[in-house]
Amino acid sequence: MKARPGYFGLFGGRFVPETLVEPLRALTKAYAKARRDPSFNRELAAELRDFVGRPTPLTFARRLSAQLGLKLYLKREDLAHTGAHKINNTVGQALLAKRMKKTRLIAETGAGQHGVATAAAAARYGLSCTVFMGTEDMRRQAPNVDRMRLLGAEVVPVSAGTRTLKDATSEALRVWSATSSDTHYVLGSALGPHPYPTMVGDFQSVIGTEARRQVLAACGRLPWEVVACVGGGSNAIGIFSGFLKDKGVRLTGVEAGGRGIGSGLHAARFSGGRPGVLHGTYTYLLQDKHGQVRNTHSVSAGLDYPAVGPEHAQLRALGRARYVFATDAEAVAALKILCRLEGILPALESAHALAYVLRERRRLRKGSIVLVNLSGRGDKDMPALEPYL
Amino acid sequence: MSLAQALARRRASGRCGFVPFLTAGDPTLAATRGYLEALTRAGADIVELGVPFSDPVADGPVIQAADMRALKAGATLTKVLDLVRSSRGNGLRTPVIVFTYLNPVMSLGLAAFAKRCARSGVDGVLAVDLPAEASGPLSAQLGRNGVELVLLASPTTSDERLRAIGRKSGSIVYYVSREGVTGVRRGLAPRLAARLKRVRALTGKSLIVGFGVSRRAQARALARHADGVVAGSALVAAAASGGKKALAKAAREICGGLAC
Repeated sequence: MKARPGYFGLFGGRFVPETLVEPLRALTKAYAKARRDPSFNRELAAELRDFVGRPTPLTFARRLSAQLGLKLYLKREDLAHTGAHKINNTVGQALLAKRMKKTRLIAETGAGQHGVATAAAAARYGLSCTVFMGTEDMRRQAPNVDRMRLLGAEVVPVSAGTRTLKDATSEALRVWSATSSDTHYVLGSALGPHPYPTMVGDFQSVIGTEARRQVLAACGRLPWEVVACVGGGSNAIGIFSGFLKDKGVRLTGVEAGGRGIGSGLHAARFSGGRPGVLHGTYTYLLQDKHGQVRNTHSVSAGLDYPAVGPEHAQLRALGRARYVFATDAEAVAALKILCRLEGILPALESAHALAYVLRERRRLRKGSIVLVNLSGRGDKDMPALEPYL
Repeated sequence: MSLAQALARRRASGRCGFVPFLTAGDPTLAATRGYLEALTRAGADIVELGVPFSDPVADGPVIQAADMRALKAGATLTKVLDLVRSSRGNGLRTPVIVFTYLNPVMSLGLAAFAKRCARSGVDGVLAVDLPAEASGPLSAQLGRNGVELVLLASPTTSDERLRAIGRKSGSIVYYVSREGVTGVRRGLAPRLAARLKRVRALTGKSLIVGFGVSRRAQARALARHADGVVAGSALVAAAASGGKKALAKAAREICGGLAC
């Protein structure tokens, strides 16, 4: 499927300024070497068990299932250390950074979960840490800003452009291009220039590997459909990867529909975008007719990004996965239902995946097994939820 | 005349080439037209015209802000190319390199872009986020239309890649003298002279050198080792604060250091 290294069919690649080419080449080489080294894989597995708390459970959503007429299972990434799947990747990249003799980690963050997970990994492995965050996101995810600082990270506010994840990512790339000799850039999603989409996807594949085994153990068969929210798309690629070869399993990614596609205020790249290059990768991108990147909107900071991971673009082109969207209102409603019926406060991001299941319950086959990746917990969303309470 | 020939001619007249950069459309496209004239009078041998982009990851705060102003004022890639065309009609003879991010070019289409560059009198194209490895398709389209591709090299570029960049670039290579983004800096990078010698040997091309040049002393130090010196942020900042007059003054200040 990957004819050219770093490409997923037509998508992916490494479209970066010259100053970033050599650091990315060095990273690609170091990552390939580490992956071939049994001691790296052993160390990573031990850290995922002892520090992250893997495997995360698979929870049968009993009351919600009864209401929907389905068997709804939740992969509980919200129970991973620091409260989201992001830590799977940051532990992997931090261990790699140590091997590369880097002393400092930098990261971008939107919802703050990747920033917190990077800060936690930096603390555990004795690395210093700087996190770039848009000022708009700092406002709506305030609890995570405090958590990052408590974990010893410096949080650098980014007030350029839309003041969200996109601009934080640009700033992290700029800083990395000047500091790559001692600094590793921990990109948080299956996005960006090669090798990030592949590497982040690999580190997140633990979700799908576990979930497949757990569903088989619980049900004796594979799920009818696997559903995950898609911002950059790392939690989705993580859980999808476990089922890619199971051709009968439907894979569905749910993007942020914001206030609806017609409003223009959304982050549904597959519904409103076309292929282009942002942050080093060729993929579906929300852009105007002149090739300028469009502003996005989502109630969830983690989905509020104008490009989607290139592997998703390929999965869609191949017809292996399909991509839909859920609106802000649908996500908030789904979040509330999960709280009331299952005692779980999901992240607003993950609530988009649930919202799709709630909306499509009649189309989903009665009694079929549906697996939702509950990618994170919602404590961080309390300030954003206030108007809805 | 190739870009390298333009620089060689200037060298023959006793000074290093001067390559000012401007963000097109900041504050308006009409103002940029006047700025082009001012830069030509100040001694520009090649002008680098920046196409504003919403997400300029290679640029520091000065050019980021200029891009945002230009976009707000309505600049687009095609309008920038039209500006070059109309300036040519008004007698602009200085060679022009269009400095752009890849996405607006892809959005227009590589073939349409290359044709339009040629028709507008653009001499070279530098796509800042298009490394040599991925430059084939754009290079082919530009070549078909007689427009040069300008590739970048940096302090971290390996020898193997310098050779490839030399093979794939047009008559010149743009050497980014520092890691990091565009912007004004005080000194020059250490061991720059030796590095430039090596880059020149491995690429086999004329070199324009930029990123961080704002003062006459820096320009003077670079002039001995480069075929052209690029100044960007310092000029963009001058134009933003004092318009055409301030731009001309800043350009003369830097250009004055280029005698050799």
